[in-house]
Amino acid sequence: MAEHNPFPGENNTGHVWDDNLRELKNPPPRWWMLGFWASLLWVVGYSLLYPTWPVGQEPTQGLLGWSQMKEYEAGMAQVEAKRAKFEDQIKGMSADEILADPGLKQYTLASAKVLFGDNCSACHGSGGQGNPGYPVLADDDWLYGGKTAKITESITIGRQGAMTPHKDILTAAEIDTLAKWVVQMAETNGAGGSEEGWNLFKTKGCTACHGQSGNGILVELPNGDIVTVGAANLTDGIWRFKPGGYESAKHTITYGVNQATVPESRNAVMPAFGATGQLSDQEIKKLVVYVHQLGGGQ
Amino acid sequence: MTTNEAAKTPSVVDDLYEEADDWQVNTGGETIHAKRIPGRWRTFKWLMSSVWLVFFLGPYLRWDGHQAVLFDIPNRQYHIFSTTILPQDFWMLSLLLLFFAILLAVLTALAGRVWCGYFCFQTVWTDVFTLIEEKLEGPPAARRKLDQSPMSARKLRIKAIKHLIWILIGFFTGFSFVAWFTDAPQLWLSFVTGTANGAAYTTVALFTAGTYVLAGFLREQTCFWLCPYARIQGVMLDKTTVVPTYDEKRGEPRGRVKRGGEEAGRASGDCVDCNQCVAVCPTGVDIRRGQQEGCITCALCLDACDQVMDKVGRPRGLIRYASLDEMEGHPTRPMLLRPRVWVYSTILILALAGILYGLTSLAPVELKVLHERAPLFVLQSDGSIQNRYTLKILNKTPDLVSFSISASGHHDLVLTGADEAVAAEPGGVTGTTVFVRIPERALESEQQPITFHIEGTRASGAPLKAERESVFIGPRP
Repeated sequence: MAEHNPFPGENNTGHVWDDNLRELKNPPPRWWMLGFWASLLWVVGYSLLYPTWPVGQEPTQGLLGWSQMKEYEAGMAQVEAKRAKFEDQIKGMSADEILADPGLKQYTLASAKVLFGDNCSACHGSGGQGNPGYPVLADDDWLYGGKTAKITESITIGRQGAMTPHKDILTAAEIDTLAKWVVQMAETNGAGGSEEGWNLFKTKGCTACHGQSGNGILVELPNGDIVTVGAANLTDGIWRFKPGGYESAKHTITYGVNQATVPESRNAVMPAFGATGQLSDQEIKKLVVYVHQLGGGQ
Repeated sequence: MTTNEAAKTPSVVDDLYEEADDWQVNTGGETIHAKRIPGRWRTFKWLMSSVWLVFFLGPYLRWDGHQAVLFDIPNRQYHIFSTTILPQDFWMLSLLLLFFAILLAVLTALAGRVWCGYFCFQTVWTDVFTLIEEKLEGPPAARRKLDQSPMSARKLRIKAIKHLIWILIGFFTGFSFVAWFTDAPQLWLSFVTGTANGAAYTTVALFTAGTYVLAGFLREQTCFWLCPYARIQGVMLDKTTVVPTYDEKRGEPRGRVKRGGEEAGRASGDCVDCNQCVAVCPTGVDIRRGQQEGCITCALCLDACDQVMDKVGRPRGLIRYASLDEMEGHPTRPMLLRPRVWVYSTILILALAGILYGLTSLAPVELKVLHERAPLFVLQSDGSIQNRYTLKILNKTPDLVSFSISASGHHDLVLTGADEAVAAEPGGVTGTTVFVRIPERALESEQQPITFHIEGTRASGAPLKAERESVFIGPRP
């Protein structure tokens, strides 16, 4: 570095290297500098007001006391406050009353969609389309009844049907006949079952659960409610255990349903969502409305 | 070699330093005080600038008892005279933006930075701000003198009035902007009584500050260093674009007019080197150096030069709107033979046609049908196939309208869930879910079209109708 400036009057800093390489003073434009200082001021102000400096485990908290969690909680409180109007109304109403009110129905359907996704769709499918072994909720085939009261019951206390294994009760030929009969019934909506099949159906105790006509209904009350034990309706084309057909029917008749001692038996358990406290009454009510509206509510 | 010897030795670097002195990079170190002179282009500029009066006065136009143009963002409704545009019709906005983007391109390709020179708010507001400066402080020389003089009562008074007027203009700019988005008279009332909403105060404050700083202080620096369009438009120019150009062949070599000098047979060109073109330039460029980044093509130098040419008795147009081709003596192509003009015009016309089509075919009610996908179809116990649909009724009228729903497309179809009419909220979307059943044996194909219809009546008795085709899906037959 030169002690004497060899290039006076040229606005340099006095730093000269390699004889003539020198540093000039070229300050940025004033507006740029203003922006620069304004930004610095902003940083100071910001760091005072908001959490900024990583000191210790927690950063400095800032004078405003703002945090992302608080903002999130305030936002959630706002949402809850908006929902509260509807939730309070729903609290005092039955599922049927909610269904009769278009506005509340829309709200319930929208908010229950999440509940359905969290609790039901794993088995019944996202749109209630069912899965192999799990019933379709979007159709009008209700083994335990499709009215809101019955749906509430199904969700609250759960369902666990049972069917005796017939491998030791019936001969192979009888099982074969019955399985064929079930397929005939399904294909003709209950009109075309063989005589031989009907005889076996009525004499071998099937009617105890499946009803006299095979539709799964034991008694139909004057108000339209049905009494069932959850046995499949054999007079429609809907199969409880998919894929349906002869082999499927034979398997079910042979090994039964929900038999602890028969490993091959069908598994058909609906958990009790209310009795176990997994869902509140309010949540169940909303789900009932949702399921009722999936396509086949009665 | 010692450093002192090095200082005496000339080197190539020194040449570069000398050359650097010749570069004029305007970084705002010195305020540009441009001279104002009357002229054709000056008048034209004012006429073009007056377009901005619409910005200030527009919000006070009334139509049918409401604000004629109101962009009601909280309610998501955009009123333009008797038309109401909902967000669903916003595809027209993209066409509008396309239209203006191409308009900018076509104007720039044909006649340079027309937007910058005549319409841009930065140019127009700066022009008005400097006009006020001139009225209060006097012509450029007086202004420079005032700037350099020590603070006095007179200087303080003049400067205070100037800045006050600037801030007032800034305030009206911000206020007028906000007034497009809310009822203007109502806004005045709530604004002065302190009950307007926070967003309104903030926006007006930001606009006031922005206008004050940008038009009062940053001025041409904005065009030089902040504005991207200034640079983008620079690349849209070509050799056929007409821009304010100094006729070098005619002007050079420059020569000052000498007292008693012979006009005939003079050796110098037409440029009298009076520097008037530089003096009037609002961005401080010298047009005689050719087209450059700082030139916003405002044509004020044309007025200045013409005035001087008139005085010295030489023909006008030493600086004039001309293309590079023309200046270089190349043949110029008529506008209509340039493919650019055709391509740009076609896009412009298409965009405009789209907007016109959109505006004339705005239906008061729209129906959307969403077919349920999970499951696509459900077998019912009676052997029929059921499909689920979500209907969305967009009611653009201000009335609550009750719509009945029907479906057609198959002789055996049964529609359920549509027994009661759906009350569609005014200016919003109302959804409802319906089911269609068709016996499986009656289905001829995996999917077939079906149509949903809605019918309702407005409060005025005018019927409203809409329909939408959807699809019915069943198992493979």
